[in-house]
Amino acid sequence: MSLYRPQALDRALAFLGEGPAAVVAGGTDVFPALGLRPAPARVLDLSAVEGLRGIARAGDGWRIGAATTWTDVVRADLPPLFDALKQAARQVGSVQIQNTGTVAGNICNASPAADGVPVLIAMEAEVELASHHGTRRMPLCDFITGPRKTDLREGEIVTALHLPHRDGARSAFGKLGSRTYLVISIVSAAVILWTEGRIVSGARVAVGAASPVPMRLPDVEAALVGRALSDLPGAVLANHLAALTPIDDVRATAAYRREAALVMIRRALEGLGQ
Amino acid sequence: MTKIAFTLNGQPAEAGVGGLERLSTTLRRDLGCTDVKIGCDAGDCGACTVLIDGEPVCACITPTAQAEGRRVETLTGLHTGDPVMTRLTRAFERHGAAQCGICTPGMLVSAAALLRAVPAPEEAQVRDALGGVLCRCTGYRKIIDAVLDWQGRDAPEEGRVGGRVRRVDGARKVEGREVFGDDAAPEDAAVLRVIRSPHHHARFRFGDLDAYAKAEGIDLILTAADIPGENAFGIVPGFIDQPVYADGTARFRGEAVAAVVGNAALIAALDLSRFPVTWEEKAEALTPDAARLTGDLHGGRAGNVMCRGFVRKGDAGAALARADVVAEGTCETGFIEHAYIEPEAGFARWVDGRVELTGGTQAPQMNREALMAILGLPESAIRILPTAVGGGFGSKLDISWQPHVALAAMGLKRPVRVLYSRADSMSSTTKRHPARMTVRAGATKDGKLCGFSFEGVFNTGAYASWGPTVANRVPVHAGGPYAHDDYIAKSEAVHTHCVPAGAFRGFGVPQAAIAQEAVFDDLALALGMDRLEFRLLNALDNGIPTTTGQVFDGAVGIKPCLEALLPAWHEGLAKARDFNAKGGVLKKGVGVACGWYGCGNTSLPNPSTIRAGITADGRIVLHQGAMDIGQGANTVIAQIFAEALGVPLEKVELVGPDTDVTPDAGKTSASRQTFVSGNAARLAGLQLRSELLRLTNCQDGIIGFDDGLTVAAEGVTHRVPLEPTEGYALEAVDSYDPPTLPLDENGQGVPYAVYGYTAQMAEVTVDTDLGTVTVDRIHAAHDVGRAINPLLVEGQIHGGVAQGLGLALMEEYIPGRTDNLHDYLIPTIGDVPPITSHIVEVTDPHGPYGAKGLGEHVLIPTAPAILSAIRHASGARISRVPATPDRVLAAIRAAKEG
Repeated sequence: MSLYRPQALDRALAFLGEGPAAVVAGGTDVFPALGLRPAPARVLDLSAVEGLRGIARAGDGWRIGAATTWTDVVRADLPPLFDALKQAARQVGSVQIQNTGTVAGNICNASPAADGVPVLIAMEAEVELASHHGTRRMPLCDFITGPRKTDLREGEIVTALHLPHRDGARSAFGKLGSRTYLVISIVSAAVILWTEGRIVSGARVAVGAASPVPMRLPDVEAALVGRALSDLPGAVLANHLAALTPIDDVRATAAYRREAALVMIRRALEGLGQ
Repeated sequence: MTKIAFTLNGQPAEAGVGGLERLSTTLRRDLGCTDVKIGCDAGDCGACTVLIDGEPVCACITPTAQAEGRRVETLTGLHTGDPVMTRLTRAFERHGAAQCGICTPGMLVSAAALLRAVPAPEEAQVRDALGGVLCRCTGYRKIIDAVLDWQGRDAPEEGRVGGRVRRVDGARKVEGREVFGDDAAPEDAAVLRVIRSPHHHARFRFGDLDAYAKAEGIDLILTAADIPGENAFGIVPGFIDQPVYADGTARFRGEAVAAVVGNAALIAALDLSRFPVTWEEKAEALTPDAARLTGDLHGGRAGNVMCRGFVRKGDAGAALARADVVAEGTCETGFIEHAYIEPEAGFARWVDGRVELTGGTQAPQMNREALMAILGLPESAIRILPTAVGGGFGSKLDISWQPHVALAAMGLKRPVRVLYSRADSMSSTTKRHPARMTVRAGATKDGKLCGFSFEGVFNTGAYASWGPTVANRVPVHAGGPYAHDDYIAKSEAVHTHCVPAGAFRGFGVPQAAIAQEAVFDDLALALGMDRLEFRLLNALDNGIPTTTGQVFDGAVGIKPCLEALLPAWHEGLAKARDFNAKGGVLKKGVGVACGWYGCGNTSLPNPSTIRAGITADGRIVLHQGAMDIGQGANTVIAQIFAEALGVPLEKVELVGPDTDVTPDAGKTSASRQTFVSGNAARLAGLQLRSELLRLTNCQDGIIGFDDGLTVAAEGVTHRVPLEPTEGYALEAVDSYDPPTLPLDENGQGVPYAVYGYTAQMAEVTVDTDLGTVTVDRIHAAHDVGRAINPLLVEGQIHGGVAQGLGLALMEEYIPGRTDNLHDYLIPTIGDVPPITSHIVEVTDPHGPYGAKGLGEHVLIPTAPAILSAIRHASGARISRVPATPDRVLAAIRAAKEG
């Protein structure tokens, strides 16, 4: 059994290139998934790798380092485009989880109810991946392929997320759960809007926990464009959410999720319209 | 193995890291930090919270390697090294913010991080900072109070009966010194893990166990074949039906079939998926309806009906026929998990031909009796040394971890320890019974009850546990604390292929109250009466026979409880009316419900014995066998004893519930310890007092301490002449058994000497678009007879309210699906609203200084009061708890359509 905790990314990638290994950053998903089973034989710990943490402007957009924690997100000085991500960050688990859980971990865990994913999908995030063969980028909505499934290849890690910048964009996130803290979403909704004057010129809306992978709702987005900020909630109709495929589970029925998603989107819009 | 270095509590520390290891394991196992508690190993409970570079993290999901070069702080270090923490711990004691104490390190460490950054936080900041730490005892409100008041001062405390005194065992809980089940084992103890059925119902066969053990280096494998005595345990004679290890057939998912024992490192690295067992799945029946159609789980229990309970008084059918209004309702509840933050843990060792067990339990003597049968040993060969218990609530009455380590220690002749994982704990230990209940109740035009019938079917799971107790207790209590002339109540406990349902705070009464109180709301609505007035009009009173025909002449306290709520009730109604008049999707409502609960066993002997001694040099020692599982028995029993003896509380030294030196004070259940053990402590105290007076030839006097004991009477101080001797110079042993009478074939008789009473009122806000419910406040009135310690009474109320809130809104255990604390939800610090406690004292002639029990009463009315308030706010009549948002929204729709 060995755990490798390098400071240089190329060392980390070389280690992964030598053979399969479990990858750990914050540990918030790795340990619970492990339970009482024996620890994996080879482990790569990314927490010390330089350059993997932090949020900064990069080119035309933004770069979020893979090992950026949710607390880092909460504390970063960011424009309103990131309000939704900050709101999601504050609702990830608890302070303890936010202090160690990472943005890339949330993505790689690929839970349909992940708090960060709907926001990042609405932000049109691209995933930057690296292996000792090289790097590649792909849209987040393609990277997560199903519940607990991603397109992460052997020997590869997520190194960053890239987000387009939107001048003057505002954003909001709402999460519905059966208790206040430490709760898995029944449904969640993320909205990003940009405007010309008081008129919406662009919208990105995504819903979590109502489909195998959190998804954007183009019909909702289309219904918002051209509307005045003050009358957005009424523009969204139930049939705009038809693409969702929620399930019944211990947290709620599918029918409820569909309805609640509509309410959560409208409430996010209500807040943004003020 | 690589070495890493870091700073631990201000000192340099080193640890070996061999791979992916939890920091919590390293801290506890290698560095002695047993103040870091393990509750879930998944970041779900926060008990293991430590600071790394000042930030709170869950040590259970932090790789040890990541501590390298960093600053790690735990409660112990913070308590001695951080002035904020020193004051905060005192505030926790002062406010009663620690009950069992298992979550306390996590709470304190999280709070310390907040207070370093924000010395004068708002309540919302406290909630956010502590939102990641679960507590199952306190209801969180006193924790919030303590954090907000961390710079406050201690007030003088009076330790006699009625004194608002801090717990006598509080300091060690808040300083991280308390020893729980997993904190006591010696370093060289072998480790045991239990192999459990992954199926609800299956036949199984083992492969070559010897070969497996040899190949893996396992020291011992235990199965049904290795039990020297009976492979059976249980509670009620005639229902001793649960095997320690299933013998060829597993009847529930999580049932133990074997255990492996070996060195700690070997067991930690063991891949149990290779354990040689083959399963043949059989058809399962998970509900009573399904179980009636399937084969019997146990011989002699036809149709899988384990037992029935019955109480009849008058003629309910005739009364319902002549009633002016009749209401009927059916409601269902699910399995409820106790969710104590401390999983089952302990160790056993073989000492001079005896087995010694050290760990958590609510019932040391019952543990011993169960083990006598299993181990085939006499009573004298079994010693139970209970540790502090990190929450019990009924489930730690049954044995769980004990026989495994006892058998292993006997077999290996070396210490063997076990710590249940959260999944072990949740899948295998008892639950609250799921119930489907139908209530019919009638009333006359003037609002008087006229006929009541209750029928309840309870899913008792695969084995009996305390199911018979639930079946007996429910029919007695199902009508609530009301005046019923014509009453019938039937219960039925049915076996299924589910985890056994057993004892859980209230033994079925909280479920019954949900069904009964909803129908009383129906009646009040049908009559156009105020819901609280309806209850007051029908409240039980002195001189009115109970459902079992028992008549009290002065101890019935339900009316004063309801009256205590009246001002808040009228204010709440007005507030809701005004708020709702404004329109909008949020609606406010208020609800009220009552409860009663008989203290002690139902019509069965139920004695407690208390021993106390005085040494020649004047030390006063109380052998306190009433298990303190966080509720405060160590303090309350000592207060009663001190009062009876006439000495200050701080002069009483406690000896714990070690079965070698402390007599049996019975189990901690049935809200009996304050009442029953309290009486035994009072009698023992009085005995010693009369002895002191006799030795000094005084009629009466004041006991003093001046290099030995003195008695001051009529201006003269007499030295008590005590001969130096080994052991005690004076000793008293006294017992108390509540006077009860058997119930006849109609359930008539005197099941309990004492009942306690309660009425609670809930204020809620319902989001009518989402079906979400926010509880805004709970008003809780409790007749406790006499509050021996009001601080602890409030603590019980708060904790019970929090569990009632969970029952109402979020808790349901589903076997195989919710074996963790993120799918099984209990209230967090953000979910429990402010609670206004009204302590009502209608003294009981049997109770010590008039005291009645309280521990279970606190939970009974909360859920029905919340459901009543939801209905008042939104029209939603909830017939299935928990009232999750989807169910509430559906019920709102149904009400609008109906």
